[in-house]
Amino acid sequence: MKDFILKRMASIILPFICIYGFYVILHGHVSPGGSFAGGIIVGLSFIAYSTIYGIEKGRKKLPEKVLVAAESYGTLWYGIMGLVGIIKGVPFLANKLAGVDLGVPGTLNSGGLISFIGFGVGIRVASTMVTLFFTMMEEE
Amino acid sequence: MRKRIRNLFILILIIMAVYGIILAVVELPPYGMPDNPVHNEVSERYFNDALEDTGVLNMVTSIVLDYRAYDTMFETIVLFTAALAVVITIKTSKSKENGK
Repeated sequence: MKDFILKRMASIILPFICIYGFYVILHGHVSPGGSFAGGIIVGLSFIAYSTIYGIEKGRKKLPEKVLVAAESYGTLWYGIMGLVGIIKGVPFLANKLAGVDLGVPGTLNSGGLISFIGFGVGIRVASTMVTLFFTMMEEE
Repeated sequence: MRKRIRNLFILILIIMAVYGIILAVVELPPYGMPDNPVHNEVSERYFNDALEDTGVLNMVTSIVLDYRAYDTMFETIVLFTAALAVVITIKTSKSKENGK
């Protein structure tokens, strides 16, 4: 698109949208929201960027290698977090049972493994959104 | 003639199915009542012990990522498989067209 106003406004707003998405992901255990919603917001900021500035520029920001790695390792990260329980000798994906420090409720450092798992899920959801968008747009 | 009989048969089948569904809907408990069978000891356990068990204020997150962690794990795998299927379908059909 060749709209001057749209590009100026997008360059101001889009960084804040992206950071807000990461805020929602990282505060999923304290405030409303969560990893799925935050991942959608992060993915949406990249989708908006590549619709406004063009697919090629969006591809430069997020190369296919990065997307594939985020998608695969985001899924693997969940399994690795689950293995913490197995190493400690309790069931898979255990949190309190595994003896993880739960922290003070209401602060960012709470919930033990939940915040780590949530970050992985958020990255995954964002990369899936962007991958589907890129693949379907480049098909034409 | 034969087609008409078949259509009549299908109509009777649909009416029977709708009648059964309406019977089931009439039997449902009223919406939002406190003594519905949904409000059993499971939700009570979550309301009372979620903060102590997980140390998380957001109860939805505590259920999604702790109590039901297996469910969320395979949910992410479903997402992964969906993205993989889309990429494989579109990319291979594109390369086939280029090959021709």
